[in-house]
Amino acid sequence: MTISLKPSNSPQEKLQPTGWLKYLSFSLDHKVIGLQYLVCGFLFYLIGGSLAGAIRVELISPLSDFMPREVYNQVLTLHGTIMIFLWIVPVVNGAFGNYLIPFYVGARDMAFPRLNAVAFWLIPPSGLMLITSYFINGAAQSGWTAYPPLSITTPAAGQIIWILSVLLLGGSSIFGGINFIATILKLRRPGLKLMQLPMYCWAMLGTSILVVLSTPVLAGTLILLSFDIVAHTGFFNPSLGGNVIVYQHLFWFYSHPAVYIMVLPAFGLVSEILPIHSRKPLFGYTTMVFSIMGIVVLGLVVWAHHMFTSGTPPWMRLFFTIATAFIAVPTGIKFFNWVATLWGGKISLNAAMLFSCGFIINFVLGGITGVALAQVPFDVHVHDTYFVVAHFHYIVYGGSVFVIFSSIYHWFPKFTGKMLNENLGRFHFIITFIGFNLCFAPQHWLGLNGMPRRVAEYDPQFQLINQISSVGALLMALSTLPFLWNILQSILYGNEAGDNPWNALTPEWLTSSPPPVENWEGEAPLVLEPYGYGEKNSKNTQESMK
Amino acid sequence: MPKLSAILTLTSSLILGVGGVWIAYNVDMLPVSASMNAPVYDELYRVLFIIGCILFIGMTALVIYSLIQFRRRPGETGDGIDLEGNISLEIFWTAVPAIVVLFVGLYSYDIYDRMGGMQPLMHDHSGKMDNQAERVWGGIGSGPIESSSRTNSSSLPIELTAMQFAFIFHYPKGDIISGELHVPVGREVSLKMESKDVIHAFWVPQFRLKQDVIPGQPTILNFTPTKAGNFPIVCAELCGPYHGGMRSNVIVDEQEDFDTWLKENAKESI
Ligand code: HEM
Ligand SMILES: [Cu+2]
Ligand SMILES: [Cu+2]
Repeated sequence: MTISLKPSNSPQEKLQPTGWLKYLSFSLDHKVIGLQYLVCGFLFYLIGGSLAGAIRVELISPLSDFMPREVYNQVLTLHGTIMIFLWIVPVVNGAFGNYLIPFYVGARDMAFPRLNAVAFWLIPPSGLMLITSYFINGAAQSGWTAYPPLSITTPAAGQIIWILSVLLLGGSSIFGGINFIATILKLRRPGLKLMQLPMYCWAMLGTSILVVLSTPVLAGTLILLSFDIVAHTGFFNPSLGGNVIVYQHLFWFYSHPAVYIMVLPAFGLVSEILPIHSRKPLFGYTTMVFSIMGIVVLGLVVWAHHMFTSGTPPWMRLFFTIATAFIAVPTGIKFFNWVATLWGGKISLNAAMLFSCGFIINFVLGGITGVALAQVPFDVHVHDTYFVVAHFHYIVYGGSVFVIFSSIYHWFPKFTGKMLNENLGRFHFIITFIGFNLCFAPQHWLGLNGMPRRVAEYDPQFQLINQISSVGALLMALSTLPFLWNILQSILYGNEAGDNPWNALTPEWLTSSPPPVENWEGEAPLVLEPYGYGEKNSKNTQESMK
Repeated sequence: MPKLSAILTLTSSLILGVGGVWIAYNVDMLPVSASMNAPVYDELYRVLFIIGCILFIGMTALVIYSLIQFRRRPGETGDGIDLEGNISLEIFWTAVPAIVVLFVGLYSYDIYDRMGGMQPLMHDHSGKMDNQAERVWGGIGSGPIESSSRTNSSSLPIELTAMQFAFIFHYPKGDIISGELHVPVGREVSLKMESKDVIHAFWVPQFRLKQDVIPGQPTILNFTPTKAGNFPIVCAELCGPYHGGMRSNVIVDEQEDFDTWLKENAKESI
């Protein structure tokens, strides 16, 4: 089978709207789709963030006094589901993947442009459906994990809508995954070898393999759960002879890999950003590739570390402890390689760089608590407490969200042709970093000392620490303002960016900003050394500037 | 000046090591320890905390040092050094985490074993094997800490039924039903737990123990309280609107006080 490099140029595509209206259309252009993912994801982030704010307000006092208890659980469920399925997964995969991967492999679009547009357009309706369920009959209230029998006994309407929208979002994610695998393996410009691809391609290849292998398991599980709810089957319903633990195995078989679906692409993005702003080659390309693949393989066999206090036999606990702890090895390699990439560089302390380095620091802490949580005897005390809440927010917020911001600062000039204001960006970083750590660091203590997660009321001895945490959350919310202001201001009045403001070597910078519809006016450039920075290569860089 | 850099590396690693150990010993983040299991847990916690502090402070220091030392100064142009990789360095930092992880894994296996996690749990209170089909899985016991002297018959059997939103304890001996858990200090308790509706979890932070209470599948949790006092029992699994309010107490009494309590509440004479 041969796939042509050029997507078909059918007459309908010529009829596509232009100007900003194209962002509301069924566009087949990977760059438009990428930005659709990004903006749509960010809108959902604002909604998910407001829900987080409501949670932190409720927790200012130890009593359940801000909202009804049922509503609290709905808010909690919506917050988790939105942040994972409508913000982080679509943005680190869909937005940056669609925008960058065709450039990186030297193609003019993704392998299946129509499937790509379908994948994106599944997201807004499923997201809206999820949110409107709150106004119809109350949203789901069993947490983003939807463990039965709680999910079977809470009001059915909200839970079913939740299942439906997660199924659609999972479908979208599978379509995207297939598209990325096909694009990376099949649409590479002739002459470009796999081991010459920018690291983000490897990250997306690994992530897409995880998506394609594990998301169908989640889909199957949720379909069985919906049968239990509407047709009163007994797969997971203990009163009908079902087994609630089986659900947990199936759920985490997807949802542990899902945490890598949220963070591997972020690893890839950081690997693009650090070399450019420290003017150095990416350190240890080959070990980076192998560690991504190592994480993919190990990531598939560690799921039961979320179930150490469920009914699991001792041998199983041990197996999953060992497998989980070993993920720290390939992960550690990547972190040392990034620090080595900074070492001896000429580092620009701009917003993109600061957010990437903030990511490194936050994620190291999240990784350390992760290795601790992997130890069964340690976990039986802190499982399902605020310690775990702290752990995964260090990973998903301190990790993935910091990288999303870093990437926006880095690629905004390419997206729009305008520069962002760096000082405002640095200010945004400082407020976010302080707010984030103030919000989540104290939660480690809360968990160790006895505060369980997902509660609307708590022991009064924890009030002070919860209030500190809420102040941190307030700072995080406020930090969005300079960011939004910066974006608006720069789109309207920003300085012209030019084609390649960072003197970068990767192919997306070797075209105009924003790039034309098929990416390059002429032939796609053949970039064999995407990280050819460094003194010896200074000549390279100078030439690329022309 | 390779010598100077070697000395610098050595001193900074030393400072890191000492700093990490100092922090881990002086920052106490755990509640009182009140079961036989807890001091063992705290030992593991301390070791993990020391390793964690060293790694975290070390990495953070490296990042901040690089950002300051290698920052682009005003007017500077050009690129950084050509450093694309270094096989021996990369082998080194593959080996270090591997060794740390291996050590942590073996060490926590030992802790787990000392907590009784590897003891077979398939025995009921009379010492007979439970029906295998009942799938009784459970948590860590305080088992081998007192090792061979422990016999099954010496443990105090209590049954826990969890429901939205309460814990109900039943003492087979004396047929007592109680909303609070009364136990004597120093004697092993064997809790057999099952839920009536959704999944709950039995957690006593001061005991450092937690076990899910599951509908349709009994679980067992063994522990030996070591300190008299009143400690919270917290439900740690989302179980509905009042999940946050699902709390109770475990009252650890001296043996005589516990015996009096038993006598006063027993439905039949013991
Ligand atoms: C060094 C690597 C990591 C290790 C060893 C690790 C280990 C663990 C363990 C053992 C738990 C279960 C804790 C419990 O519930 O008792 C956990 C929870 C969690 N981890 Fe990690 N983790 C690591 C990295 C990550 C990454 C990369 C992400 C996401 C990008 C992540 C996200 C989460 C989330 C979301 C949860 C909580 C899930 C829930 O219960 O809702 N972790 N982690
Ligand atoms: Cu996991
Ligand atoms: Cu509960």
